[in-house]
Amino acid sequence: MIVAETKSLEEIRTMLNSYDRVLIVGCGTCVAVCHTGGERAVNLLGTTLRLARKVEGRDIEIGEQTVIRQCDFEYLDQVQNVDKYQVILSLACGVGIQGMARKFPNIPVLPGVNTTFMGFNEEYGYYTEMCKGCGECILDVTGGICPIARCAKSLLNGPCGGTNNGKCEIDLTRDCGWILIYDKMNNMGQRDKFMKINGPKNHRKANNLRYMDLRNWI
Amino acid sequence: MRFKEDIQSGKFVVTAEVGPPKGTDLSEMIHRLEGLKGKVTALNVTDNQSAVMRVCTLAVAKIITDMGIEPIYQMTCRDRNRVGLQSDLLGASALGIKNVLAMTGDHPVLGDHKNAKPVFDIESVQLLEIINGLNAGHDMAGLELKGKTEFFAGAVVAPEANPFEPQFAKFEKKIKAGAKFFQTQAVFDMAKFMKFMERAKEYNVPIMAGILLLKSAGMARYLNQFVAGVSVPQELIDELASADKPLQKGIEIAGRQIAELKEVCAGVHVMAIGVEDKVPEILAAAGL
Repeated sequence: MIVAETKSLEEIRTMLNSYDRVLIVGCGTCVAVCHTGGERAVNLLGTTLRLARKVEGRDIEIGEQTVIRQCDFEYLDQVQNVDKYQVILSLACGVGIQGMARKFPNIPVLPGVNTTFMGFNEEYGYYTEMCKGCGECILDVTGGICPIARCAKSLLNGPCGGTNNGKCEIDLTRDCGWILIYDKMNNMGQRDKFMKINGPKNHRKANNLRYMDLRNWI
Repeated sequence: MRFKEDIQSGKFVVTAEVGPPKGTDLSEMIHRLEGLKGKVTALNVTDNQSAVMRVCTLAVAKIITDMGIEPIYQMTCRDRNRVGLQSDLLGASALGIKNVLAMTGDHPVLGDHKNAKPVFDIESVQLLEIINGLNAGHDMAGLELKGKTEFFAGAVVAPEANPFEPQFAKFEKKIKAGAKFFQTQAVFDMAKFMKFMERAKEYNVPIMAGILLLKSAGMARYLNQFVAGVSVPQELIDELASADKPLQKGIEIAGRQIAELKEVCAGVHVMAIGVEDKVPEILAAAGL
């Protein structure tokens, strides 16, 4: 799933400073799971903004809606009464925010969240980054553990000298991805596979504009 | 240029290293290095060490060449993509630099420009393969060079890293990728180092033990806390703490370590961070 975090209240208030009719639109899938974009998050943010404006002595009208996904026109069609508002604050990931901006070209769409990573739900409220969407998956030669996402330097041939008791040099609370990969492959009897040198990555696969076209066989 | 010849002929080799300064005034650095000519076989020039921005390695490597000191050009993959790395390598070759030490590099988060975009387009193992390619007359796109390089490429290994097995696997990969010599991270635990040397023996590649000059007990404690792969034993910390002149004590300790390591490795690499002018004293203390 895609993980995002809510922007600071201060940042959101600054973005909204010149508006007094705001529609907050949540997204009910990925970012709802990490409590950033679902119905509860929309309600909480709406209430907080109303209170903040009250303290300032200024009025604000806030609409609250949540759709299942903002990355899909089918669900964006369900957003209602947009004309009543001056601005939309989207609590979706960056894809959803852009979907919203395409769907409503005549009204500013502001990001209420910072999209951070694609993660795995380790336990309730705790997610870890697992994939960078690099377009060239090598999980077959790394024991099913992605070094692009899980090594701070995205190395391809083993741990750097900074690995410290199995932790990463930039964050001692984080496992060194390459120690995990080595242990896993070694335990599976795949040390030979580990010892093969992986060549440089093809970054064109990650950096070029990408699309997927399944229209001919759907 | 005798580093390659000396180490390949089995002569005991001594290298030291210098970190380029931050700023354009190199006079102090040059002054510290003046006494090293003839005392060390070659001198590493670090590459924005610890991810702290300094004068570029290539410029300093050229400056020390002009001083009559043979450079080992350290190159990290942190700040340049494959185009920049190869371009700098060709430039180094054009300036007559022969020795390259390929390393991945510390992450920018550890340095003084923490918000920098880390590059790591390629990494140490791949860089060694790229250098082999340049020596063979082609770049990594397979395109022919007008004039090939003649680099003598080495790499680094941390014999005290924990866990060690994955580090050893990478050491093997670096040899496979063309590393012709190794300089190690600072060595303090002789038992661990001997174990490493025992296993490394079968690869028949010269290994230079890293000697880090301890300047004070505080520095030693700092290393233990913040530098991965380095572990200073408590008795050395105590020795430094009780010394009247900690720096002199550190020189004595480094000399002792070199004398002990001399028997087991191809050479030593002395890291006297900021007091490179003390290297001759360290070597004298080691009886070299």
